[in-house]
This record gives sequence, structure tokens and C-alpha cells, in this order.
Amino acid sequence: MATVVSAVEMGARQREISVSEFFTKNRHLLGFDNPRKALLTCVKEAVDNALDAAEEAGILPDVVVTLEVVSSNGTPTPASQATRFRVTVTDNGPGIVRQQIPPIFAKLLYGSKFHRLRMSRGQQGIGISAAGMYAQLTTGKPVQIISRTGARSAAHFFEVQIDTKKNEPRIFENKKIDWEHERGTQVSLEIEGRYQKGRASVDEYLEQTAIANPHVDLVYHTPEGETRKFPRTIQELPPQPKEIKPHPYGIELGMLLRMLQDTKSHSLAGFLASDFSRVSPAVAAEICKTAKLSADARPRNIHGEDAEALYKAIQTTKIMAPPSNCISPIGEKAILHGLYKQIKGEFYTAVTRPPAVYRGNPFIIEAGLAFGRTPEQLAAAVTEEAPAVPLAEGEAPRDDDELARVIRYANRVPLLYQQSACATFKAALETAWKNYGVAQSRGALPAGPMVIFVHMASVWVPFTSESKEAIADYDEIRKEIKLGLQECGRRLGVFLRRREKAKSEFRRRNIFELYIEEVVEACARLKGGKLAKDKLKGQLLKIAAKRTGGTRTDEILGRDNGPEGLPHSIIVTAEGPEGEAPELPAVPTNGAVTAVAEPEPAETEAPKPRGGKRAPAAKSGAATRGATNGHVTPARGRAAPRPPAAKRKKKR
Amino acid sequence: MARAKAASNGVVEKKLIGVADTVIVAADRSKDPTLSIPIRSLANVNFNEKRGIIELGRRKQERAFFNVGMAKKFMQTVLVADALAELQRANLTTSLREIYYRTKHTMKGSHENTFDNQNESDPLIEDLEVSLAALREELHVRAENAGSVVGPVVLTDDGDRVDCARLGKGGYSVPSIVEPEYIQIRRCTADFVLLVEKGTQWNRLSEDKFWRRYNCVLLTGNGQPPRGVRRLARRLHEEYKIPVYVLVDNDPWGYYIYSVVKQGSINLAFESERMAIPKAKFIGLSSADPDRYGLPRNVGIKLNDKDIARAKELTKYRWFQKKPWQDEIKRMLGSGLKYELDALANKDFRYLTKTYLPRKLKEEDWLD
Repeated sequence: MATVVSAVEMGARQREISVSEFFTKNRHLLGFDNPRKALLTCVKEAVDNALDAAEEAGILPDVVVTLEVVSSNGTPTPASQATRFRVTVTDNGPGIVRQQIPPIFAKLLYGSKFHRLRMSRGQQGIGISAAGMYAQLTTGKPVQIISRTGARSAAHFFEVQIDTKKNEPRIFENKKIDWEHERGTQVSLEIEGRYQKGRASVDEYLEQTAIANPHVDLVYHTPEGETRKFPRTIQELPPQPKEIKPHPYGIELGMLLRMLQDTKSHSLAGFLASDFSRVSPAVAAEICKTAKLSADARPRNIHGEDAEALYKAIQTTKIMAPPSNCISPIGEKAILHGLYKQIKGEFYTAVTRPPAVYRGNPFIIEAGLAFGRTPEQLAAAVTEEAPAVPLAEGEAPRDDDELARVIRYANRVPLLYQQSACATFKAALETAWKNYGVAQSRGALPAGPMVIFVHMASVWVPFTSESKEAIADYDEIRKEIKLGLQECGRRLGVFLRRREKAKSEFRRRNIFELYIEEVVEACARLKGGKLAKDKLKGQLLKIAAKRTGGTRTDEILGRDNGPEGLPHSIIVTAEGPEGEAPELPAVPTNGAVTAVAEPEPAETEAPKPRGGKRAPAAKSGAATRGATNGHVTPARGRAAPRPPAAKRKKKR
Repeated sequence: MARAKAASNGVVEKKLIGVADTVIVAADRSKDPTLSIPIRSLANVNFNEKRGIIELGRRKQERAFFNVGMAKKFMQTVLVADALAELQRANLTTSLREIYYRTKHTMKGSHENTFDNQNESDPLIEDLEVSLAALREELHVRAENAGSVVGPVVLTDDGDRVDCARLGKGGYSVPSIVEPEYIQIRRCTADFVLLVEKGTQWNRLSEDKFWRRYNCVLLTGNGQPPRGVRRLARRLHEEYKIPVYVLVDNDPWGYYIYSVVKQGSINLAFESERMAIPKAKFIGLSSADPDRYGLPRNVGIKLNDKDIARAKELTKYRWFQKKPWQDEIKRMLGSGLKYELDALANKDFRYLTKTYLPRKLKEEDWLD
């Protein structure tokens, strides 16, 4: 028999749900689905906040990330087995005033970034408080914060938690302490997590952060006790993004209604012109005319059908695209630095697209590529094959079937999850890499030793979920990404063709030499041994040399250094090669300058070890060569990072 | 390896040494060594209507050493020539596969093999046959023994007398080289030669002693007849003036087998002179037979796309232009079905022997 429940009884059960309660139950929405991901999300939120704060205050960020294992019973647990970690992130940012500390770290949807249209890493004001809530949920430990706003003020130490019912902070501890840093903030959380290396790990996140943020000095103490440093390679902050007013194309009807109510303007035309970007008085008048509304109408009196007419009028009026100075792209130079620093390869390129607009939100797409193998890897590959085992019928030399890797960023933050749902990934799949000399099977990423970099900078990045893992697939966005990747691909194609050409010349020569040997031997046998073999061989080699471009091929490839010749190294940037890259025939790629670094024989006399300190910019003439396993490492044209710490100007 | 006859040695070896001379002379003059090889494709064959055979045209391809696309082939050709010369000197015969293994090795200082599989070396042997105008037998290369013969024929093979009427139902396995120097036909009292496409049907006829009853020589090549079988049929036809009838499946491939026996093949057009039997007749299976012999539709097989494409190709060959042939192929395309010889078993296991062939022969129902 069914129990009958009266409306009154039901009404008694109905009550408000606080945001905090909602997210406690739905923590996967914020990126805390499993212990491994939770560890990453905590690090990510803390680092994002640190960088945002420092940049907004005009400070070159120094960030220290420390992961420590918290052992449950006092005995040390190896990091891979541990289930509890302490995450500590320290920055040199502006610090936080005392009263603001509790709400920032222990109140959801509290922040400075949601209500404005300006590019930043954080958007909603959920992240760090959600991390704190996760800590509270899994270990019961409060969030510890130390913050100091300057040398003359004291450092404050707080321990806070969220009251999940009220979505209000609860303060456990609040005292002044001595702190060795004169300015900055430190957040420390104790959480349940798992530390694992590899894809979508904390390590990968920090590496990728370093690529897209070469102006950040990052130190990472791993839970295994190592210290990894990602030094700053660019000594200037990215330009400060400006805050902008909303663009008319980007708003929805409800938003328009609210703006009509909130405006300080007394006339409709005035409201349009002053509360939106890119609406001049003339455009405002045009909109009013199209909507059949008086330009002098009081904004507060417009609702219902009138508001709808106004909304439609806005959509049909031609309005200039929003200004893009609210966005600060990373820039080609910085991307190249970042890629070059973190990924070893033969070829790097970067493209910053002009600003574009989706749903009234301006955005900029940046794409980059790092291609190739390091000379060490190449050498290893060769030695691996070295014991020449004759191939049996049906056997082929080991194929290279490694696929490219896509690294994705939104407002300089690496995106590590949900790759296949992301517009960047889809655009990378759709790009016809075959046209640029890279193999690609249907519906797959291109094959080869390649890292594809995509960054979307926008005042509002459309994520597919609150945990900010994938960029939503707007046509405008995907198109821009593709254009960026295509440009990178074209440059890669130029590089590959050039390299291939030199290689095939060499190969041609090489195969002729092999075959000449065979033909001479066979002829000698045919002639019953009555043949001047050396004479015939000499004659044939001479013809071969004449036919394949003679000695030039040998020079290009450093003939006596192995059968495959040498990999070349090229850096293409829109700003041209920097520093010590030698001037060589440029390849015009619409305005871009190409630098080809080719080893010159003279330089072999001064081999320099690789992998250690980089040669200072001014000294190293063109290329660094060092012999590895009988192979010569490629020369590289490179943008030299500035000399280390001494010159850094720290705003302290 | 078998001993080859000592005949005609020397001439062929000189021709092979000529390949080495080409290289030496060109190198002396600082020229790119080049071999001229007649092209073996449809574009370079002519159908000599008067003689009824396919002849090789005059077009040649230049195989140059210092051309990236041809270098390897050039080198391989020289290696094959060397191996063939070795055979000549040692007076041995060998198979295509053995030539492949003999010439295969990894080149000094590389991971590259001279040959990766037999498909690379086989055509080179044909290239040398054509460009040196030396027959395969003269080059001492034999194919598999892929044919059988039974019937009132007496041969001498390596001095042994072979009476093909006394070899049970297995018959005599036709060697790949049946030139008079190797095989002599001592006697043949047959009235005609029946060349059957499939071994299974040949077995049926042999088992039923069809050849005894109708006094004929039964030959099969198990599919596309190899040179030995074609050459033997041709010799019987020529030396004993007996007609040759061809019995194949009713599909485009069957038609082509017939045309190869009759006019010669495109690939071996240079051999037509010696192999083709312009007067050979197509006895069946014709696309008209299912009707005439009451074969039910359900024993047919639907033509697939490849069959249809091949049939259409055949209608364009100059040697298939006679009206009855065009009708024959169009009838097959029209019905959309092909029939195997085996399908005759649907009527009776011995339908082929007892009804089909006797009626065909009696009615002289064949295509020319």
C-alpha cells in the first residue's frame, strides 16, 4: 500500500541546498573524481591562484610547489604507495589582506574574477575553496594559509574550513607569525591522493605550465624527495590584460534585462553606448531604430516584447568585433622559449593568430610545434640497430608508429583531462597533416616525434564542465585553431622537405655506392674474373658523383658521420631567428623568417658538451657540436635564454 | 638440380656476358650504363591477324643504372644475369625460386637485401629472356611440373620410353621443358588433343578412360597452362596434324586461358611464335551451354565486380573481336552468372564424360 504524503509534509522536507553541500556531493564536477586527479586539481588550483595574483600585481612570479607524503603510522611510505599528501604552494605575489583570507579560501563562489570580463586563469572563484573542502572531506584537516602583503606588515597565519551548510568560513586559528618571505602567500592542504607519474600527473602539469609560462620561475619538490627547477627564461611579464565591457553579441536576453535594470544611464541609447563595448552613439541609434524603440526611452521601462525586440535588433545590427586588448597572448617568442626549454627536438615553431570572436567574446588562438628527436635519441636508435641482422623475407625495419602528443592550454593553464572532448584535439585531428609531410591515419593524430601546442586565450574560455578540462567546440574556435595548426604545419613541411632533400641526395649517393659494389662483383664473375674491378668501380663512382650533385651532398651531410647523415635544426618564428642563429637562405613563410642551422666543418674543432649549461648568447657562433656515439649532434639555431639569476630584477 | 643437355651452350653464355660488357663499355665512356628491355604489356603487343598470334611490339624501356627509381632493378638484373651464366657454365637447370635464393644476400655495409622476395626476381628473368632473345629453356630455368598428359602418345624422356597410354589414371607429368632436345615424341595415334583447365575434370576424364573411347590426348595445366603443357600441345598439333580443343570454366578467366593457348599471352608475347596454336577451338563451357544442356540456374555463381571488369576488358582485345565471341561474352554478362565445369556434376557424376563432351564433339559445337 502506498503511503500518502501531504503537501504540507513534503513542504517541510523542502529546503535550500547550499552550493557547498551541492559540491560535496558532486565533487567530480570540480575535478576531484579520484585520488590521483584530486591531487592534481589541488596543485593546479593553488598554482593558478598564485600566478594570477602575482601577474595582476605586476610581479614576476616565483612559485614553489611541495608535495610531501603524510604517513599514517609514523613509518615512511614510498610516494607511489602513499594515500595522504600535504600540498604546499608558495608564491611571491602581493599577499592577501587579513580580512579577505577566510572567504577566499573557505567560501565557494567568492572571488574577484567572475564579475569582470578580463582574461585570467581562474574564472569562477570555486577552485581553491573546493580544494579546501576536499581536504576537509577526506582528512578533516583545515586549510593553512600564510600571507604577507609587504616587508613592513606582519605575516598572518590562518587555519580555516568551510561550513558546508552555510557556505561560510570557519576560522580555527588566526595569529601573526614570523615568515622568512617578505611578501607572498602560502597555501597548505592535507588531502587524500595518489601520486603517479606519466600522463595527467602533477609532474606533467608543472612541465606544461613551464612551457606556456616562461616568465614564471617554478620549483617543484616531488614527494620522492627530488627537486625539479623550471627556471624563468623570459624576464618580462606578459602585458596586463585590460578589463572590458561585454560585447552586445555575447549576451543573452536575461543578461540584457538585468543590465537594463542595473544601468546608471537614463536613456536607451546612452545605456547601449556606455555599457557595451564597440557601441558608438551612431550604432546605438541604429539599434533603437531597428527595434522601433525611442532612443530616449528609460532603460528601466523596457521589458517584455520591447526587450525582445531590442535583443533581436542587437543581433541583426552590424557591430565591430570586441577589442582584443583584454587578452594577453603568450606570444610566439615565449612559446618557442617554452617549447625549446622543455621539449627536445629538431624543429620548433609557434603562431599567434589575430584575435577572433565567439558569441561576443574575443579570443586568441596560439599554436606551436616541437618536432623531431634529440641527437641522443637518434644515436640510441642507430646503435640499437647496429648489429646488422639481415632481414628475412617479409620482415621490415622497425616502423616508427609513435603518435603526436597534443598539449592544450586555456589562459595559460594546461588541460590534462578529456582530451578527445576538446576543440583543440578535434582541430588537430581535422588538420590534414599529410599535406605537410607527416603521416596520419584516418581519424587519428599525426604520427611522428611531435608535440602539438594549442593555447586559447580569452576573457571567457568556454569549458565543457566546471572542472575546466576541455574547451567547448565552437565553430569559430575550432576554425581558428585549425588555421594556427595549418600555419605550423606549413612551416614544418618546409623544414621536413629541406631535411628530406638533403637526406635523399645522400641516400641516392649511398645506394649507388652499395649497388656499384654489387654490379662490379657480378660483372667480374660474368667475365670469369678477367676484369679490372677497381677501375670499373672508380669509373662508376665518378659517374654517380656527377649525377647526384657531387661533393655538395657530402658537405651538407657531414659525410663521414654515419649513413643517415645529420638532422638539421631549424627554428622558425614570426619574429625571426634570435641571437646566435646563423644567417642562411631564408624560406619565406608569409612574413616569417626561417633560420637553418647547418653545421659548418670548421666548427668541429671546438666540440661542446650538450645538455649542460647553454652557451652564453654572444659567444657561441652558430652551432654546438658534440660527438655522441660516432654521431655529431645537430647544430641548433636557438633563441638564447638570458644569463641566469644575477640579472633578474625582482620586485621585492 | 638436373643436368641440362649440352646443346646450344656457349651462345647463351655469351649473351649473358654481354650484360657485363654493357656496363663496362658505358663506364669507359663515362655514360650511364643502360639496358634496353622490350616492354611486356598490352600497349606493346600486336595481334597478327594473318597468323592469328600475339606478337611483341618494338617498344623498349631503358633501364638505367644511375636513376634512383631504376638503380636497384638494374643491379638486380646484373645479379640475375650472373646467376644464369653460372648455370650455363655448370650445365645445370634450376627453378625460378632457386635463382631467387642464389642471388639473395645482404649488401655489404648495409641492412638492405639484394632481393626481398621472389616477385622481384621472376620478372627480371623474363626481362632477360626477351632482351637477350633467349628462351627460358635455353637459360636453363624450369618451372614446376604443373601439368599432366594421358593418351596414346609415346615419348622419350632422358632416354626412357614413356607410353602415356600405360601410366594408369595419373598419367605423365609434363616437364616444363619439352623442346625436342629434351623430349622426343615417338608416336601419336590420337585424333585430337583435349586441353582441360582443371585437374579435377582431367581426373574425371582419365578415370573414365574417355581418351580411349574417343582416341584423344588428355592434357591439363591445372589452371593457366604452363609453358611445358602449351608447348607439348603445340608440338602434337604441329607434328601430328591433330586439332586441339580447349575445355575451361565459363568465366572470363576461362576465356583468357583459351586465348592464351590459341594466340599467346601478353606477358610472354615473344613466345607466341613457338607456343600459340591459332587453330585451337573453344569447346566449352560456353555461356550458351546452361540453356542447351539444361543446367539449373542455381548451380551458377554470380559474377563479381572483378569478373565483370575482366569480361569487359576481354571484349576489347583485338583477338576477341569475332562476332560469336562478342556474343559469347555478352551472353555471360547478360546472365550475370558464371559456371564451373564441376557444376555439370549436378546432372550426373559422369555427365561430362557420358553426355556433354560426346554431344559437343558430335555437333561440332565449338567456338573458333
